[in-house]
Amino acid sequence: MSVDWNSLGEVFAVSVGVTVGVVVVFALGILGLARVEAAREVDGGTHALGLTQAGLCFLACAAVVAYGIYLIVPQFH
Amino acid sequence: MDHITFLVAVVIVTALAFDFTNGFHDTANAMATSIATGALKPKTAVLISGALNLVGAFLSTEVAKTISGGIVDDTLVTPGMIFAGLVGAILWNLLTWLLGLPSSSSHALFGGLIGAVWVGAGSNGVHFDKVVEKILIPAVASPLVAGIAALLATYLAYKITARARKDSVTKGFRLGQIASASLVSLAHGTNDAQKTMGVITLTLISVGALGHDAGPPVWVITAAGLAIGLGTYIGGWRIIRTMGKGLTDIQSPQGFAAEAASTTVILTSAHLGFALSTTQVCSGGILGAGLGRRLAEVRWGTAGRMVIAWLVTLPAAAAVGGLSATVVKHGGNLGTALIALIAAAVALFIVIASRRNPVHADNVNETHEVTIRSEASSDVRTAA
Repeated sequence: MSVDWNSLGEVFAVSVGVTVGVVVVFALGILGLARVEAAREVDGGTHALGLTQAGLCFLACAAVVAYGIYLIVPQFH
Repeated sequence: MDHITFLVAVVIVTALAFDFTNGFHDTANAMATSIATGALKPKTAVLISGALNLVGAFLSTEVAKTISGGIVDDTLVTPGMIFAGLVGAILWNLLTWLLGLPSSSSHALFGGLIGAVWVGAGSNGVHFDKVVEKILIPAVASPLVAGIAALLATYLAYKITARARKDSVTKGFRLGQIASASLVSLAHGTNDAQKTMGVITLTLISVGALGHDAGPPVWVITAAGLAIGLGTYIGGWRIIRTMGKGLTDIQSPQGFAAEAASTTVILTSAHLGFALSTTQVCSGGILGAGLGRRLAEVRWGTAGRMVIAWLVTLPAAAAVGGLSATVVKHGGNLGTALIALIAAAVALFIVIASRRNPVHADNVNETHEVTIRSEASSDVRTAA
């Protein structure tokens, strides 16, 4: 019996990397959205910067979700 | 279909019953944190999860070619042993459900099979090195990986959104949770429904009702998908409470981080050919998310009981599987019928015991404890 440390290490690195990446990007998107909402109450502005930040972040997350579905569904391979 | 003997019919029904318990035992994996944080209403959550499990069952075409993935010698396995193993797995799943403990349905199935094959064909029918490689190592590694990933992600999520408005943050992560929880459900359907399909298909092949290398017939796919989907929809509310409320008090950023970690670990492991338990991965993710928020309380007592259940799952299911196999081996069809009746009686007893302090969609989030107030609780507790 031998432990396949390489695969184990790979699972560890990829899992931690992807999880932290997705959550951080998603959190940045929420931060952008929260700024827009806060600003709207103060001056009624739309704050294009916050909206763009949120849009890009959520788009990136959606791409990761799409890749996840691709991995789950064998017909796509 | 004159190949379908009494025994084969019993195996099919038992396999579907196991699939059902597999579904309701594992609803919590995908949906517990979404229900706890209010991202989804309890009834909506189980409906989505059940539907996605059913879809997943139809999507997975690569049905397991072996019953056990090499853990037992498949050439020695008879339908009688499969039946005995399934009985062990079902009873263990029901008992841990009664106690509200998230334990691995796959480990219960493997344990039941190991016990049944050990008794039926001798200890050389069990590949112990494979047991270590395919069960023990992933069981230790996967919750740790998910836990560490969720811990880091939770810490950063709170750090990044610390100065943003609280209600915006909560709302945003709740929406994210719906996506991440749905992915876990879909992945669960593609993985776990095919285990049952594999068991039924291989049983049919072993009696000559299907040709060698035949895929599962449509009715097998449909039945297995419906069993797991229905089980998921019924919802193992006792386990949902433990995972969503019992281990730690989950907020929506933590729920999102935990689910993201679970999904990633499940998908990367599957991609690299690692077998693992969805339940253990998700529990690890939730604990990590609990630790990642500063001052968040992790209830180590509950976590400890859960880990003990993980350790006992395989040997306990093996013991029941072995006992059933003894009766089936010596008692033939009569023995099989007897075991089926006893198993049904025990299952009924467990369901009645759960009624003493029921957990359902309306009260799942009320407390963090699952209790059984009766003298039944003392003897099942020692059994766990």
